[in-house]
Amino acid sequence: MMLYDFLISPFADFAFMRRALAGATALSLSACPIGVFLMLRRMSLTGDAMAHAILPGAAIGFLISGLALLPMTLGGIVAGLCVALLSGAVSRLTIQREDASLAGFYLVSLALGVLLISLKGSNIDLMHILFGTVLALNDGALQLIAWVSTITLLTLAVIWRPLVAECMDPVFLGSVSRIGPAVHFLFLALVVLNLVGGFQALGTLLAVGLMMLPALSARLWCRRLEAMCLLAAGIGFLSGYVGLLVSYHVSVASGPAIILTAGAAYAVSLVAAPQGVIRSRFTPTRHRIA
Amino acid sequence: MTPAPHFRLTDVTLGYEGHPAVHHLDGVFEAGSMTAVFGPNGSGKSTLLKGLMGTLKPLSGSIERLDLDARDIAYLPQAQEIDRSFPASVHDLVSLGLIRRTGFFSAVGKGQREEIAMALEAVGLGGFQRRPIGSLSGGQLQRSLFARVLLQNAKVILLDEPFSAIDARTVSDLLSLIHRWHAERRTIIAVLHDADLIRAHFPESLVLAREPVAWGLSEDALMPANLLKARRMNEAWDENAPWCEENAA
Repeated sequence: MMLYDFLISPFADFAFMRRALAGATALSLSACPIGVFLMLRRMSLTGDAMAHAILPGAAIGFLISGLALLPMTLGGIVAGLCVALLSGAVSRLTIQREDASLAGFYLVSLALGVLLISLKGSNIDLMHILFGTVLALNDGALQLIAWVSTITLLTLAVIWRPLVAECMDPVFLGSVSRIGPAVHFLFLALVVLNLVGGFQALGTLLAVGLMMLPALSARLWCRRLEAMCLLAAGIGFLSGYVGLLVSYHVSVASGPAIILTAGAAYAVSLVAAPQGVIRSRFTPTRHRIA
Repeated sequence: MTPAPHFRLTDVTLGYEGHPAVHHLDGVFEAGSMTAVFGPNGSGKSTLLKGLMGTLKPLSGSIERLDLDARDIAYLPQAQEIDRSFPASVHDLVSLGLIRRTGFFSAVGKGQREEIAMALEAVGLGGFQRRPIGSLSGGQLQRSLFARVLLQNAKVILLDEPFSAIDARTVSDLLSLIHRWHAERRTIIAVLHDADLIRAHFPESLVLAREPVAWGLSEDALMPANLLKARRMNEAWDENAPWCEENAA
């Protein structure tokens, strides 16, 4: 009974807790596999940059219609895609690499976003956009997250093989197909979509945490890509569940609690996983004959 | 069957940002020919392969692909182009060779699994399907890339430094595979660094040092005078080199 009270009843008793859990779960299903690919493409910080890039679009939506879901979402998607396209174009047309041009565009974008919000809103609104409100997910927000998750998983299933080829052997992919750049951009679009979905629940900054931390943990446990994506989604789900429980019982903010739980999972993985610090440092005294 | 040209190069200059890597090259690669491309680092060998594939457009001149579409060309990239830390299996890597036939979006079927198994068998990697690519030795990775070329089953095979940092036994295994392709009348163009190996195995050679130095039978093309000329190539990239006027007239 004690256990039930502790683990289940917060969700059984309160609709806002159930909604938060549903949102975090749906988001984990799609954002965590995306995070795995970002990490493997050595773009772990790209999610962070993109999350900042989304801000002015969301801010313009906010200026036009206040804290309404659809305009802020659409604005965020448009801003994110613009920054992705521009930085991709600059890296192709000049000597600047994509990470450099992305840094340039997202910084401008972020400043623009803060400026736009300061024109109308108070600091509390800014906090809302930056840090989200997982405990106040309404039907619209929940549906949005569900759509994002569905679209992401379907798209990922379709582009899986060219995306893997683009990561593993881009020169060969270029020799058999011109699909590579399109797949890369589509993937960036999925990153933007998931961040926009996530910022309703966790805010732009913390959405990146749910995307990347489970992916980093999963890398240390698995050798197969498919397993890595599944495990990352699982860790994401558990982080959402445990994080919400902690925030309920200890009365702390739920978004950061979720991300800190994912961070704790990462810390455990670093120590205990097969490819973590201990087992790769302190090699066993036995070895195989071949 | 009379030999017909597969590639006709007319005054081709290939390069980056207006600086030539291959300068004013004329000639043909005939169907069924087996040619080694030889030259110092930076002499434009890999660039030439990219031009032949069509992934790099010539700065001037033209490369005609006769009686060839893109699926007729198989390409073996330099091993260093492959991200071996990516958590993929040998199966994932090798099955890319089927992509022209299956497309990107359909599953690898049972018949194709057997083809993959046979290709791996042929390169001496039978049963390696599930091995992570990160656990392969340099030689094993190169063997699996050859298996991928086998699956592409193409008329033209372009090999970019297939034997760099590969042990003698692997080289001899892979060479016999290349000879088999040659016997099957496939066209082979390979970037290589070992003149003795070329003389022993490749009938024709193209010696590049940005400028074409020689192109013909290997024993003639690889004469000491030509090798010396190739070795003297100035690798320097002169930002302010004057514009080449040869094709302006």
